[in-house]
Amino acid sequence: MVEKSIKQLAAALAAGEFSAVELATEYLRRAKAHNGELNAFITFDEDKTLAEAKAADALRAAGNAGALTGIPLAHKDIFCQEGWHTTCGSRMLENFIAPYSAHVVEQCRKAGLVTLGRTNMDEFAMGSSNENSFYGVVKNPWDKLAVPGGSSGGSAAAVAARLAPIATATDTGGSIRQPAAFCGVTGIKPTYGVVSRFGMIAYASSLDQGGPIGKSAEDCAMLLNVMAGFDERDATSVQRDKEDYTRDLNQPLKGLKVGLPKEYFAEGLDAEVASAIDAAIAEYKKLGAEVVEISLPNTRMAIPSYYVIAPAEASSNLSRFDGVRYGHRAAEYDGLTEMYEKTRAEGFGWEVKRRILTGTYVLSHGYYDAYYLQAQKVRRLLAEDFQRGLAQCDVIAAPVAPTAAWNIGEKSDDPVAMYLEDIYTLGVNLAGLPGLSHPVGFAKNGRPIGMQLIGNYFAEAKLLNAAHQFQQVTDWHTRAPEL
Amino acid sequence: MKWEVVIGLEVHTQLTTQSKIFSPASTAFGAAPNTHTAEVDIALPGALPVMNKAAVEKAIQFGLAIGAKVNRRSVFARKNYFYPDLPKGYQISQFELPVVEGGAITINVDGVEKTINLTRAHLEEDAGKSVHEDFHGQSGIDLNRAGTPLLEIVSEPEMRSAAEAVAYAKALYSLVTWIGICDGNMQEGSFRCDVNVSVRPEGQQEFGTRREIKNLNSFKFIEQAVKAEVQWQIETIEDGGKIQQATVLFDPDTGETRMMRTKEDAHDYRYFPDPDLPPLVISEDWISRVQAELPELPAAMRARFESQYGIPAYDAGTLTASKDMAAFYEATVAAGADAKLASNWIMGDISATLNREEKDIAQSPVSAAALAGLIRRVSDNTINNKTAKDVLKKMWESGDAADAIIEREGLKQETDTGALEAIVDEVIANNAKSVEEYKAGKEKALNALVGQCMKASKGKGNPGVLTELLKQKLA
Repeated sequence: MVEKSIKQLAAALAAGEFSAVELATEYLRRAKAHNGELNAFITFDEDKTLAEAKAADALRAAGNAGALTGIPLAHKDIFCQEGWHTTCGSRMLENFIAPYSAHVVEQCRKAGLVTLGRTNMDEFAMGSSNENSFYGVVKNPWDKLAVPGGSSGGSAAAVAARLAPIATATDTGGSIRQPAAFCGVTGIKPTYGVVSRFGMIAYASSLDQGGPIGKSAEDCAMLLNVMAGFDERDATSVQRDKEDYTRDLNQPLKGLKVGLPKEYFAEGLDAEVASAIDAAIAEYKKLGAEVVEISLPNTRMAIPSYYVIAPAEASSNLSRFDGVRYGHRAAEYDGLTEMYEKTRAEGFGWEVKRRILTGTYVLSHGYYDAYYLQAQKVRRLLAEDFQRGLAQCDVIAAPVAPTAAWNIGEKSDDPVAMYLEDIYTLGVNLAGLPGLSHPVGFAKNGRPIGMQLIGNYFAEAKLLNAAHQFQQVTDWHTRAPEL
Repeated sequence: MKWEVVIGLEVHTQLTTQSKIFSPASTAFGAAPNTHTAEVDIALPGALPVMNKAAVEKAIQFGLAIGAKVNRRSVFARKNYFYPDLPKGYQISQFELPVVEGGAITINVDGVEKTINLTRAHLEEDAGKSVHEDFHGQSGIDLNRAGTPLLEIVSEPEMRSAAEAVAYAKALYSLVTWIGICDGNMQEGSFRCDVNVSVRPEGQQEFGTRREIKNLNSFKFIEQAVKAEVQWQIETIEDGGKIQQATVLFDPDTGETRMMRTKEDAHDYRYFPDPDLPPLVISEDWISRVQAELPELPAAMRARFESQYGIPAYDAGTLTASKDMAAFYEATVAAGADAKLASNWIMGDISATLNREEKDIAQSPVSAAALAGLIRRVSDNTINNKTAKDVLKKMWESGDAADAIIEREGLKQETDTGALEAIVDEVIANNAKSVEEYKAGKEKALNALVGQCMKASKGKGNPGVLTELLKQKLA
């Protein structure tokens, strides 16, 4: 049952092979059984899950089932979900029960999807390894000594380990694509503005974007159909017609122009990752794609630009966690200032504090022009690079990360080394483009390797089409780790 | 040494929108604490602001009304600081690119007109309120006001006295209530002034160091606070002291200003463009539509009143002090009242009675049509002015029409010469002294005789006819 695609599960539900309650019960049993070793979930609430599953069955019985009614999914613990603990991986929100639901959660609920639980993540989505969660590191299901990637490590690990058929996630600088690559699953970060940020706890507002992580491109397309759509409650939500992201899945790739940015295949790229990508490109060629070399000359400036802009926004976004209205508050304090200081000192972890301090610094009087404004200019240059590159090709193929998953603890004392791992993913967020990650093989140590496809604005269907065609002739995405 | 005072104002006007500037929650005043709050007003995680177009429209109205530049593109910025009644830890405001730039307002102090230029006006959200009573050593937070739309209107430092500062505040108040973007309720904080004050030796070019008096919510306090502050600054400098840039509060009980914080402990607000809100883009169409819907403004109406109704400039100015008063005047004239008499009555008895009863003209128990009914009876000599004043009082109390009261109480003026002749003869016979004085050339004695005739006629005699009769008989 757990190897079935979303389409197959939906067909089985429609055929009455099993009920939504049975399906949810089986997934819950499996997820709970393995969560001790993987720590992919922060919260389960069986009563709520089964109530949603019953509602889905009732919807079907009444003849009102949609394409995904009764399909279980896991929500990243960053999306507010009414009545559920919504921690964002932080001690600050350890006891926070959301009084309202994110647009994404509402959309999933309306489509009849059934919430299995809330997945682990780096605190406030800040991290590339899931080691920054207050609720403990998530283990990579392929190798429990390895990190699952971050920040959506819980969602990626849950899908990889078949603890959930599909999951929601978010991506601010690679947080969907990189954990998908590290865990051997597929994920897509849509164009900025395609998925509403309403109710999605903000890390860096101009970069944050929700998207799905699934076993395949097809599964992702089906969930993206539910997650995407204009929402007037998010002023950055893009007002355009609803799309069917599955519509082009079966288009042949003949004549597809794939651009390879030379800066992404230069020094720093691990040889095993490079050869897995080479092999994948060869496969794309067999499918009829043509390859061109392109240049994204400002790539190296993505890291400094991102690590100014994202912390700047974060420092302001996280000011609301002050202990006044909800969330953690220090037990004892003398006066207002001490309440703030102790509450935030206790409630936030080190990486969050580091980014708040960095962000506060770059926005300070006298430094704003040198850092924040400069970073915004670089951001524009990066976006222009992509436009020039995409004028020469249909999609850009690139590595997701320089290496496969590293060991837990390996880089946790060296934040800069960790930041450098984000080199291939940050540009997409800074430019607001869609990016997809799909598995293309394994390193010798058995850890998965992913490849990234980048398209122009609103080219999600094209990225999903390319990945789906690749997945029709390869089986990397069907491989599952032994638990 | 002679000192020159330099004053600039920053006025926070609360805009009259139904919902908040970035949320669908109500802006109504006086609800139970924390009941008018949407997700973003209490800054729940994941909550997002969405611009309320009605607030933008009011900013455009203001910009057009003062002849300012309405920026086609303006930017919302976050002003970051921690305070318990600021739920997000930042206030959404406008910093580098405000919605309105420039413009001017004309003030009048002792008959002298002066133009005060405005720097800018920008949209922003209000904070909540800290409640320090009733919580035994703790503070309560009420976020009903958080997110209420404000237009902060900043003037150039062009006022030179407390009187000018008050005149500017009043002119601004009159304008924002006139165009209906602010309800003008100063007690509820709908119109709050921060006043920047500095002094410099007369003739000096550069400004002195300023201190900002925060949050003055009455014209009287502006006047008192500025005077106290100016006196303090001059005394401080003359005593050899230096003014430190600071924010101060005015205490109406002591009549003094007191230091709140100095520049040294000023916040670094770390302004940056709010990534949750795209730049505010205002189309030409939108501006044209607002322009077309803009009501006639006080200055234009004043000029029209002078030419259309032939009333003096002073009358036109007084009658256009508020939109309701102007409307009342126009309705009175439209109902058939003489334009100058209508002006006299409204500026005189009507205003005096309203003031005494602390009512607005919109609440006047005597309607414009009813007042016109009274004035018509004065014009056609049915009653004289003195009787009319009594009739108005009765109209005010009973709500009856002037004609009904005149009829009921038999107040119709006696104009029949025959009937009045007997009265005149009697008065001449009984007032030998006044008659003598009049004959000796004292014109004033005639007034006394007319008065006696009026008294004898129980107020019903027509003073004009009586005067003529007296003149004839004493010729």
